[in-house]
Amino acid sequence: MNRKKRYLAVAMLLVGLGGALLGTTLPASGSPAQVASSDQVKIDNFTFAPGEITVAKGTTVKWVNRDDIPHTVVSDDRSTFKSKPLDTDDKFSYTFTKEGTYSYFCSIHPKMTAKVIVK
Amino acid sequence: MTRKKDEIQFDHNHDDIDRRGFLKCMAWAGTGAFCVVQGGVLKSYSLSRIADLDPSTIKGELSFAQISDSHMGFNKPANPDVAGTLKAAVDKINALDTPPEFLLHTGDISHLARPEEFDNVEQILRGAKAQDVFYVPGEHDVVGDDGKEYLERHGKKSKGAGWYSFDKKGVHFVGLANVLNLKAGGLGSLGPEQLEWLENDVKPLSASTPIVVFAHIPLWSVYPQWGWGTEDSAQALGYLKKFGSVTVLNGHIHQTMQKVEGNVTFHTAASTAFPQPEPGKADSPGPMKVPAAQLRSLLGITDVNFVQGRDALAIVDSKLG
Repeated sequence: MNRKKRYLAVAMLLVGLGGALLGTTLPASGSPAQVASSDQVKIDNFTFAPGEITVAKGTTVKWVNRDDIPHTVVSDDRSTFKSKPLDTDDKFSYTFTKEGTYSYFCSIHPKMTAKVIVK
Repeated sequence: MTRKKDEIQFDHNHDDIDRRGFLKCMAWAGTGAFCVVQGGVLKSYSLSRIADLDPSTIKGELSFAQISDSHMGFNKPANPDVAGTLKAAVDKINALDTPPEFLLHTGDISHLARPEEFDNVEQILRGAKAQDVFYVPGEHDVVGDDGKEYLERHGKKSKGAGWYSFDKKGVHFVGLANVLNLKAGGLGSLGPEQLEWLENDVKPLSASTPIVVFAHIPLWSVYPQWGWGTEDSAQALGYLKKFGSVTVLNGHIHQTMQKVEGNVTFHTAASTAFPQPEPGKADSPGPMKVPAAQLRSLLGITDVNFVQGRDALAIVDSKLG
């Protein structure tokens, strides 16, 4: 498989995954596919992955903690959104209703930072 | 004097730090080290040589033990029995030749700041012969409620986010809280209100007063990439410049480490719950899984003795098993 084909395969897989996730969290009329590649952020190894996601207005983004250590998901202003402490496999979600760039971090391990861009 | 192979010395009254010796000290720290500070000179010995020491350097007028990072509530493979290892730490403290007068807990008492987690730790620590326990909060103790539960239990005599000071036999102890209001991308933080309090707290003390500062996150830059440092610690240490003997005791990094800078000796204590990797030696500072037989050798307590009139603090890190 050459690099381009592999990229395409990965991209298709991601679109497939994104679609599956959207199917469980949003009505079919939800975000357009060209904006929301994924609405799920995984916390693993003290890192939010992906570190930056772009979603359509109205998307509910879901976080899941895959670490052995608790983390939080807190907007930089500490007020827009703020999860409870997420223990291993705990989930948090927030629906973004306004366009903008939302930087957030883990208030326990503030070196962990990431952002959600809402278009 | 003759310098023995396993002995290192810092003369930090002058600016002539024995860097080779310092690295040796760091290497030992992983398996436990014994440190004696006398008249500004720190001597460090590996625990294997402790039997060779003159007992008078270990016994003093004041003795206390530091425990840290008990993380009650943690139940992952790195240590499914954190209550058991905390009990082992208490047994170790109770078995010390010089019984400590009190305990310092440098934070992350609980894993998720849950009432039952705090209850458990308090109950286990009641098994210690030393009944007084002085706490400072770790970031796990203030998660979710900005420290409300912690302060209700342990903050009765403290100010702000949980800072306070007290005196024992001529030694001035300062407990600092550097785990609240952490900013995105930042390190541990003391904040202006606490710094102002600290400045006023130590101002009336004479320069010969031995100072022991304890806080959860290290007050020196151990590894900022992992958040192992405190952004405004330099200002805090600035207020302590006039003192001849300053000892800083921290937790947070789940391994023993030490450093000498001018008049200040920094120590971090091992966790009683689970070890964390050495700075930069893993992708993240998450719990380190080690074979069960090895676990207790990476957990531990710190025993500190003060000999009045000699400006001396002797610090011993011991393993749990």
